[in-house]
Amino acid sequence: MAPQASTLRKHIYQGDPLTAPPPPELAAILDRYRGQPDALITVLEEIQSHYGYLPEQPLRYTARELGFPLSRVYGVATFYNLFHFNPPGRYIVRVCKGTACHVNLSAEILAHLKEKLGINEDQTTPDGLFTLQTVACMGACSLAPVLVINDVTYGRMTPEKAWEALSALRTEAAAASEEERP
Amino acid sequence: MNATIRVGTSTCGLAAGAEAVLSAIEIYVHRRQLPVKIQRTGCLGACHREPLVEVIIDGSSALYGPVTPERVTPLMDYHFGAGGRGVSRDWVISRRRDKSDYPFLARQLKVTTQLCGIIDPYSLDDYLANGGYQAFREALKMPPERVIEIVTESRLRGRGGAGFPTGRKWEITRKQPRTPKFIICNADEGDPGAFMNRTVIEGDPHRVLEGMLIAAWAIGASKGYIYVRAEYPLAVRALRRAIEQAKEYGVTGRNILGSGMDFEFVIKEGAGAFVCGEETALMHSIEGKRGMPRMRPPYPAEAGLWGYPTNINNVETYASVPSIILNGPSWYANLGTERSGGTKAFSLTGAVNHSGLVEVPMGMTVRELVYDIGGGCKGGRELKAVQLGGPSGGCMPASLLDTRIDYEDLRAIGVIVGSGGIVVVDETTCIVDFARFFLSFTQDESCGKCVPCRVGTRKILNMLTNITRAKAAPADLDRLASLCETVHRTSLCGLGHTAPNPVLTTMRYFKDEYLAHVVDKRCPAGVCTLYGF
Repeated sequence: MAPQASTLRKHIYQGDPLTAPPPPELAAILDRYRGQPDALITVLEEIQSHYGYLPEQPLRYTARELGFPLSRVYGVATFYNLFHFNPPGRYIVRVCKGTACHVNLSAEILAHLKEKLGINEDQTTPDGLFTLQTVACMGACSLAPVLVINDVTYGRMTPEKAWEALSALRTEAAAASEEERP
Repeated sequence: MNATIRVGTSTCGLAAGAEAVLSAIEIYVHRRQLPVKIQRTGCLGACHREPLVEVIIDGSSALYGPVTPERVTPLMDYHFGAGGRGVSRDWVISRRRDKSDYPFLARQLKVTTQLCGIIDPYSLDDYLANGGYQAFREALKMPPERVIEIVTESRLRGRGGAGFPTGRKWEITRKQPRTPKFIICNADEGDPGAFMNRTVIEGDPHRVLEGMLIAAWAIGASKGYIYVRAEYPLAVRALRRAIEQAKEYGVTGRNILGSGMDFEFVIKEGAGAFVCGEETALMHSIEGKRGMPRMRPPYPAEAGLWGYPTNINNVETYASVPSIILNGPSWYANLGTERSGGTKAFSLTGAVNHSGLVEVPMGMTVRELVYDIGGGCKGGRELKAVQLGGPSGGCMPASLLDTRIDYEDLRAIGVIVGSGGIVVVDETTCIVDFARFFLSFTQDESCGKCVPCRVGTRKILNMLTNITRAKAAPADLDRLASLCETVHRTSLCGLGHTAPNPVLTTMRYFKDEYLAHVVDKRCPAGVCTLYGF
């Protein structure tokens, strides 16, 4: 058991990261919510929309600056499905598994995408392009089954159409990175 | 010529491609310099025909759908140019202003959704031109007790699912001596398959605010929280805009319209937890904590947000209030049944021809709703069951379709009105797998605070999985039933309390199908072969 305990401790102790004040982009978020204990969820939402996920350091700063125990910050962050602790891919692909989508065979779409991308739910492709997630319901049930990529909703999907949409984005991303190269 | 073109650009419209249609129309209008007003509206409810375009010229109206960018030019030529070549009759939904020639819309009675798809949700002027904030002004002229009397007389009941009389709830909160008092609008529409609240907020956000203002006046509340799902970004944006406009218009702030009432709105975005639809969990979430429910009593009316008296109602409940004040309580009460007044919005989805948002008077039968409005099952298949109320609701078989939509009538057959999701299921769906789907959802969303729900839902799910994989014995059905009963009776909050409903109702009405799985090891719908039969 001893080696395990030491790896655990190594994981927690990372020098003292909080001697410095929070980085400016984080301070801008935190400063707006000082003295508002009910704003924790909102703060976490803003941190996630800035970084794309919830990195450890900003969460430590949140706890220190807003005066919460770190356990409370993590308690809240892990409770809600919206928060993620790993950096997402460029495109977050969410397959709806609501009732209407389920009845219209959204499970087949998910299975197809998993197979084509070679990843499971809540994983990101090695090229950092796609993160695959499921969502309980997007409220666009009459267009079921539904797929949401970043903020764009794709209705009346089939496994093939879903893969086409992803392929189109992959081509687009490749073209964009081609342009960036000198 | 006075011409308006309306394009439905709610989430559902956009997903169907309304943005491309809208820009095609804008280009056409711009090129020919037509004197046409283009309006972005919410959703008319006919989601199965999206994207929807309505052309109104001098009071006559034509509604088209689905409209694609390619269909824009022939349509516009027909109305504004040379003849109607290339316009197909199939594109036309309705040619009447009141839509009485399209059965999906004709049989409905719209109260909370009356302006959805008619006005621009981002325009306060549109709302004011349609009688907006008149009801609030009327209410301010009455003593708060009178407002509560009117709501009580209207027989309005909580539209979030439980159906508690709204007037009584307001009265209890009003009578609490402690101040400040809060009101909360529950827009955490987590039921998969339900989108009534999204449609109302995206299509007519001011109606919700007005209802809340009237409630605040009646109760004496000084702050109103709107707890809305973050999965509905358009709804959040519509609400933010509406609140800003309300502030400029002077219906929030200090001493509103000279009445002495102070009130402000706060939006709280949910972060994706189904259990937060439960009122005590929702309040914990607003307080910035883990959204876990607690024991009741004390009820929120006595000790709610931070321990102060709090009134919680659903979006639809608040959105019903302005019409009740304007048209009188007896008008609203007479729309419905002897025990519950008014109308209820449902999202009709699944294997039905005309899916979308429908609003019907309480007391209509489920058969009328599914066949007359919904147009029956897709592809002429046979209807097997109708599921009401999402994961907390139940499945009714085809033989009970003549049940009236009413809180008590539905409860008598084990089904609930719930928040208003209706999923039509045809013969291609395996009923056991369907129940298993709901349990996998509630199991996933159980917050883990109380044992019956945390452990019980998992055990139920395992049993159902075994049944669908031909690993169960007939005796397991009795065990399943008794476990469901235990979870139902001993769970802390509504989530666990209602989680077994899909299993209990399907076991009651579709026993044969369960027996086919456990005795004959056969799935009548052929779905469970997926799992290795």
